[in-house]
Amino acid sequence: MTTVTEHKPDGIGKSLVVYFCILALAALQFVIAYQDIHAAQMFRRMFSVALVEAGIAVMFFMHLWSEKRGFLLFVVIFTIFVLLSMQFGWTDSSRLSHCAGYCS
Amino acid sequence: MSQADLTMQGHSAGMMTDRPFAIPTKKLAMWLFIIADTMTFSACLVAYGFLRNATPDWPRPFHSITNVAVMTFILLTSSLTMYLGVQSAKAGDKAGAFRWTMITAVAGILFAVLHLREWMGLIGEGMTLFKNPWGTGLFGAAFFSVTGLHITHVIGGVIALLAVGLRYKGGRYNSDDIEIVGLYWHFVDLVWMFVVPFIYLMNLAH
Repeated sequence: MTTVTEHKPDGIGKSLVVYFCILALAALQFVIAYQDIHAAQMFRRMFSVALVEAGIAVMFFMHLWSEKRGFLLFVVIFTIFVLLSMQFGWTDSSRLSHCAGYCS
Repeated sequence: MSQADLTMQGHSAGMMTDRPFAIPTKKLAMWLFIIADTMTFSACLVAYGFLRNATPDWPRPFHSITNVAVMTFILLTSSLTMYLGVQSAKAGDKAGAFRWTMITAVAGILFAVLHLREWMGLIGEGMTLFKNPWGTGLFGAAFFSVTGLHITHVIGGVIALLAVGLRYKGGRYNSDDIEIVGLYWHFVDLVWMFVVPFIYLMNLAH
């Protein structure tokens, strides 16, 4: 018989630290929005911050970090694989922005 | 009881106790739903990015970040209150768990009201699904699709929080159910972390 993962309740201190980290990262995105940089660079910075923010939320608020290692690997690897698979169209969207194939 | 019955009983008992990844089946189902929903939102955001990248006159209609900042603060704070609700439920503090769950639901309602108010403002400025005064008509369809899908999840989450919270208080549900609805609520919050920069902050009018 397998054992079921049980989480011990964490203290409020840890949850507040995680909350303020996420809040600070969200604020950082607003700061980046007002930087005078190219859109591609802005996208890269905001996306990086959002990934860290989401990672903290998934690992601590959603308790993925304290789940069984096999489950953590399943969620992370499967999700990343499918998300990466969706990125095949970007070169085509850049081609369209340069009018390729449909305008003179 | 016959030998065949005993054998069947033994088999089904084995099947019931061998949980995949050693987590409760309801929780596994919620994680699978979250993974599937991640794909849905990712597809929407990738399609949005594709359109934005391929369209030179993409509108930048947002003049103020105040509304979206307040909405973000409310949703992030609701994640904290949900977390505290789950912790209270795990610690056996039934009243605390119910209180935090209801506070989370109220935060969700507030978020939805602010979001709808923002929609009304944009519609009032002439933005529809197919046209807007600022640039390509694709913007309206993309904006309303992504934010509309998210607000649908928020409203669904509020209904789930109220239903699970009340049934938990009434003794029909236990702390696992609070944890599972909490997972969903954190996911809704997580999606917003990507919607804000891509849909709002990258379209600020400078």
